[in-house]
Amino acid sequence: MDERNFTYMAYGFIAAWLIVVVYVLTLAAREKKLRSELERVRYMIEARDKKSS
Amino acid sequence: MRQAIILATGIAAAILLSRNIYNIFLVMPDEANQGAIWRIFYFHLPAALTSFFLFYLGAGASVGYLITKKPSWDRVAAVANEIGLALALITLVTGMIWARIAWGIWWAWDHRLTSYLVCILLYVAYLMLRSAIDEPTLRGRLSAVLSIFASANIVLVWKSIEWYRTQHPGPVLSIRNGGGMAPGMESLAYWNVLAIALLMIAVFLVRLRQAEVQTEIETMRRYAHAA
Repeated sequence: MDERNFTYMAYGFIAAWLIVVVYVLTLAAREKKLRSELERVRYMIEARDKKSS
Repeated sequence: MRQAIILATGIAAAILLSRNIYNIFLVMPDEANQGAIWRIFYFHLPAALTSFFLFYLGAGASVGYLITKKPSWDRVAAVANEIGLALALITLVTGMIWARIAWGIWWAWDHRLTSYLVCILLYVAYLMLRSAIDEPTLRGRLSAVLSIFASANIVLVWKSIEWYRTQHPGPVLSIRNGGGMAPGMESLAYWNVLAIALLMIAVFLVRLRQAEVQTEIETMRRYAHAA
């Protein structure tokens, strides 16, 4: 019982931290995507401004 | 300034979490009846309390959005509810793992667990609603209404263990007249609430900055496509 108790405690902590880590990783991935999206939109605006002038 | 706050809260959270984890695993004795599994409480409770706080912050910001129509309120609500949902999932999963040992089952359809599951489903619906609507004003208005509606359920979650006789343990904290914990055990729980809250402040500010950049991109895209 004690060993099983300890094992499930470890599962609990691993699960909790796994959710935090997965969420932080999605934040990092989103950051990367936003940067490239921002670059692309800036390029689009520059191209549009050049075309109109 | 915001960068400094993110850094300061992140470092403070890391120091406090290290101290708490040391105490939880190496200093705190096993609970007399439950043994080692009791330690899950030190993450289950802080995650639950922080999620409640964030859901109410989301509801408050939603009210702010409906009154002022300022997009910044909508962003705060979206970010608060998203992080609150991640914490609610931690609460649910850690609770289920604890229940497997303490009750012998993973799940019981009692008032506390069911109302919390409904709460989680409402906030999943909130995020799905946001991703389904492109028009910012309509998205802000509808999601604000859902956020306020969903936050009403938190009262039920919080009070369910007092109002009903549930499988879930009754209040154990002395601030809720529970008195089921030794003083040393209870204070460590509050310290971990602080640590998780600090960590979530850092995450909140990072995510809020991303939401602001996203709004900026949407504005620039509209400008780029304008004739």
